[in-house]
Amino acid sequence: MKPAPFDYHRPASLAETFDLLDRYGDDGRILAGGQSLVPALNMRLATPRAVIDINRLPGLDAIRLTPEALVIGALARHETVERSPLVREHAPLLALAMPHVGHAAIRTRGTFGGSLALADPAAELPACAVALEATIRVEGRRGRRDVAAAEFFRGIYTTALEPGELVIDVMIPRARPGWRCAFQELARRHGDFALVGLAACGRVDAGALADSRLVFFGVGAGPVRARGAEAALKGRRPDANALAGAARALAADLDPPGDVHGSPALRRHLAGVLLGRVVTALVADRA
Amino acid sequence: MKISLTVNGAPVTREVEARQNLVDFLREGLQLTGSHVGCEHGVCGACTVRVDGGLVRGCLMLAVQADGCRVETIEGMAEAGALAALQRAFRMENALQCGFCTSGMLLTAHALLEREPHPEPATVREALGANYCRCTGYHAIVQAVLHAAERRPGAVTPAPADGGYIGRTVVRPQTARLVAGRGTYTDDVALPRMAHAAFVRSPHAHARIVAIDTAEAAALPGVLAVVTGREMVAHCEPWVGVLKSYASMKSAPQYPLAVDKAVWQGEPVVAVVAESRALAEDGCARVRVTWEPLPPVVDAEAALAPGATVIHPELGDNLVLESRVKSGDVDVAFRDADAVYRDTFDTGRHTVVSLEARVVLADYDRADETLTVYHSGQAPYMLHDILSRHLRIPEHRVRVINKDVGGSFGLKIHTYPDEIATCALAIMLGRPVKFLADRIESFQTDIHSRDHRVTAEIAVKRDGTIVGMRLDDLAPVGAFSMYPRSSVVETGQILRTTPGPYRFRDYEARGRVVFQNKTPMSQYRAVGHPVAALVMEAMVDRVAHELKLDPVEVRRRNLLTAEMYPYTAPTGLFFEKLSHEESLDAVLELANYRALCAERDRLRTRGVYRGLGLCVFLDLTVPGAQTYGTGGARISSQDGTTIRLEPSGKLTVLSSITEQGQGTDTILAQVAATTVGVAMEDVRVVTGDTLVTPYGGGTWGSRGAGIGGEATLQTGKALKENILKVAAVVLEVDALALDIRHGQIVDARTGEPRMPLGELGRIAYFRPDTLPKDFQSELTVTRHYVPRHQPLAYTNGVQLSYVEVDVDTGVIKLLGHWVAEDCGRIINPMLVDEQVRGGVAHGLGDALWEHCIYDDQGQLLTTTMMDYLVPMAAELPDIWVAHVETPTAYSEGGFKGAGEGGVAGAPGAVLNAVNDALSPLGARITRVPMTPEVVLRALGKL
Repeated sequence: MKPAPFDYHRPASLAETFDLLDRYGDDGRILAGGQSLVPALNMRLATPRAVIDINRLPGLDAIRLTPEALVIGALARHETVERSPLVREHAPLLALAMPHVGHAAIRTRGTFGGSLALADPAAELPACAVALEATIRVEGRRGRRDVAAAEFFRGIYTTALEPGELVIDVMIPRARPGWRCAFQELARRHGDFALVGLAACGRVDAGALADSRLVFFGVGAGPVRARGAEAALKGRRPDANALAGAARALAADLDPPGDVHGSPALRRHLAGVLLGRVVTALVADRA
Repeated sequence: MKISLTVNGAPVTREVEARQNLVDFLREGLQLTGSHVGCEHGVCGACTVRVDGGLVRGCLMLAVQADGCRVETIEGMAEAGALAALQRAFRMENALQCGFCTSGMLLTAHALLEREPHPEPATVREALGANYCRCTGYHAIVQAVLHAAERRPGAVTPAPADGGYIGRTVVRPQTARLVAGRGTYTDDVALPRMAHAAFVRSPHAHARIVAIDTAEAAALPGVLAVVTGREMVAHCEPWVGVLKSYASMKSAPQYPLAVDKAVWQGEPVVAVVAESRALAEDGCARVRVTWEPLPPVVDAEAALAPGATVIHPELGDNLVLESRVKSGDVDVAFRDADAVYRDTFDTGRHTVVSLEARVVLADYDRADETLTVYHSGQAPYMLHDILSRHLRIPEHRVRVINKDVGGSFGLKIHTYPDEIATCALAIMLGRPVKFLADRIESFQTDIHSRDHRVTAEIAVKRDGTIVGMRLDDLAPVGAFSMYPRSSVVETGQILRTTPGPYRFRDYEARGRVVFQNKTPMSQYRAVGHPVAALVMEAMVDRVAHELKLDPVEVRRRNLLTAEMYPYTAPTGLFFEKLSHEESLDAVLELANYRALCAERDRLRTRGVYRGLGLCVFLDLTVPGAQTYGTGGARISSQDGTTIRLEPSGKLTVLSSITEQGQGTDTILAQVAATTVGVAMEDVRVVTGDTLVTPYGGGTWGSRGAGIGGEATLQTGKALKENILKVAAVVLEVDALALDIRHGQIVDARTGEPRMPLGELGRIAYFRPDTLPKDFQSELTVTRHYVPRHQPLAYTNGVQLSYVEVDVDTGVIKLLGHWVAEDCGRIINPMLVDEQVRGGVAHGLGDALWEHCIYDDQGQLLTTTMMDYLVPMAAELPDIWVAHVETPTAYSEGGFKGAGEGGVAGAPGAVLNAVNDALSPLGARITRVPMTPEVVLRALGKL
């Protein structure tokens, strides 16, 4: 199981990267952390003409705070994000999610931007980005543009990135007072892709869920915002009644796929269970 | 592209191909073979190295990306002493068997301890959960890491050799190499002019080959040969996997490469040989096969239905074999019973997933007309015989060598078409050719096993006494019966061993073994036993549940008891002496069973669903003289040991038994050292080379200790006698007045040293002129052993599983697992513990995760380690082992086997525990693996 031959380029600047992307078009693949691309190369599921290694592009791996947002560079490694005090303080949802992303040896190499750009429907970080209302800054030869996370994920392994564009930064609005987060996933084994996962942000007021963003993963073509369930829970305490109502509403929010690990019915059921658990934890603030 | 980096502190500059990943570069470019390749998709962790201080999967990083980086591997870290505490702890706890995962485990554990010097057990399990080990069940690895972190003292203090080594825990000498990354596995062997084979495989489960166009592949630079099945026919005799002992059994001729049609997805069709594996795969991508798909036969019932497509038309139908077992009058027993219960069990379809995949390196010397084959295997003489006959090379011109084997478990005792093709290609090309199955090929082409649908009916009296049983087993075994051991043994074992531990004698069973268009199934560790024990023990628990009896009491009421031995079971099995009652008592005491019951009951009132499950199991060990030969299969049931006294007084032991990590080397050294009277350090064991070792069967069927151990014991005794004859001549005393202790000839009565063995060796080898003219010393001795007194040495034990079921998610958590086992006289308790634990882990995998899943077209869907889920450290419980010792009286050593019992009892124990947990909710499961889906469906929640 060895990759098919490819040209390898290690651009030193964005300009050089854009040149290469122009030159190869669809036959060029960006190599960031490589934890999904390299196995696909090994199995010849991906046979690009060129691999464009962006790991040495300068300045794309920083995590910094601006007055408005926590900014995570596309090349920040999962491990760095996981251990960052800035992330823990300003985007604690990511700190909760990170230990679920593969295993430690995967997080050494895997990158934040790479995970978003790949848009694996079972991945944790795209769902977190949507739940956090992150903005994804992308850049191509024609310049930079900002895409809301909710608009960025378009389907299975499909994003709003245009040909020739790269993810540069991810901007996460600083946590607002009163808002909390919770994260849980169910996987067959520790470190596996989730059967169902839920990244949640919510504002709690007097024991009730005043406002929420509930984003599921592993149950659709990408992160799925459960707007029906959110509406059902708005202003409610998470008692059995409210949760049952939310679970009913959730049924219309989701259309999960089936695979060797579980049927659509299983994922639907587990999503309902997770909804109850995560919302309860969120309100109780014991995420 | 040129890269410069530091590897283990030394600067390295090399030209590399962009597509080469880091671990291949380290292994092939720098000959740093301590990092291993286990999956090539980042799941198994065997290739773990450090890059700029961080843990990295060597298969998920390109070598060109390491340009300018600081890379550290097991070799460098071991030599620098960075791993010393962990290495010591791993050896002391026997936290490695085959050693293939060990470098990755050590580096992962080292990184954990750097980050957290004193981790909790759960933290250790989670960190190690990134690395796959098929051998140990992780218990010993977790203990070793805790030990190295000084969270607990070491379990083992090696005992001095005062009265011998049998019955003592001895640390395996060969693990010193393995923890340093100095193992030599077959893929680590590189020969001059070595070429690499890759195979075009059938994408269809059943299809006719219309045309094959190899021109483009053959024209590719670096490609040496492209060979089709038809072209290989002249170079290899086909084989048929039938045993003559089953009169009506049938299978079809099988070729190294499919000829005219393919009958399972993954069947090799065209071989490409090239200068590198990557180039061979490039060639495969350019071979054009035109297929005409045929209707696939997937389901076993459908395969037998009238009008079904017949996979091998010349055989008439898809039935491999139908067999029946009948004893007593089961109809009367059922008529007179108070109650009858019936269930149908599905036992999934599993595969072996040894971390080291199948690998073969064949070298044919045209000048010398000899074929040398390096093979990751268990039975080198069996392969030797097959290569000789099917490739038409005289037997004395074949040599099979097993280097270190990275796990096998019954996987590597079968004839795989791609391996035979590789040997044929080496002959055709006159160059060494290597083939290593990649992980996808492994899932598609390694034997599968345990896909059974068993319907059982049990008849009982009101007090729980079992009076009779009916059994019907339907086993689809793939497209061919495997050669030379066949694919019907599993079903035979299920029919015969299911009622085995119990007293009832009215029994009737039918087994149907069926062809289908899937990967062939055959013997894998604990052949049929996990299925038999699961069915029987689930039925026993059902009886207890229905009649509101205690599951322990129902077993006591029905188990064979001490005074009944020797005992011939209704199915014909012969039990010399088993210890069901003692083993049951031992496991209940080990686990503090009644306290666990109380805890379970207390938690149930709070809506926590915990369950306890018992499983009595039998283990088939030490197969006797009639094994396989009576079926016409040329597999030796006998084994031999040669011991040579070296001039310096050391012993070289050559055995036909082989080593795949179990520690056979160690137990043979223990037996040799003890019987001759020398220290373990003075013994070297050589196995796995048909040029130098005595003829024999190798290691399978838990026969290493029982047969190889006894052969070694007899050889040691004979050598000792010969040594004492020399000593008697030299010292001019009666040999009976002398003994050998601690490597010295001593006075047998007083123990007074008379002469070191080294002095005796010097005289015997270099100064025979000083010995009497009519005296000839014989200091190399060979003895053989084959068990003749019973067909098999059955062993037994009891397992207990404790689980918690999340009834909302269907997730089962394994809380603890306990085993009492009886393998006869124990040679090395630690190694028996580890055999049991490793086996249990296989069984836990069967119970909860492992499943080869096909679609309705016969396409295997579980072809990566992300789809076929093996048990990992984070999910497994601690596994505790107690021993009962019932030696066999039929051999002097009294040794039986210990390799498979762990697997046999584990799935049934977990199934019973889960059903116990679910019983308050009225749910019951009769299938494995018990996925969340299965659990929730049983609960009516889906």
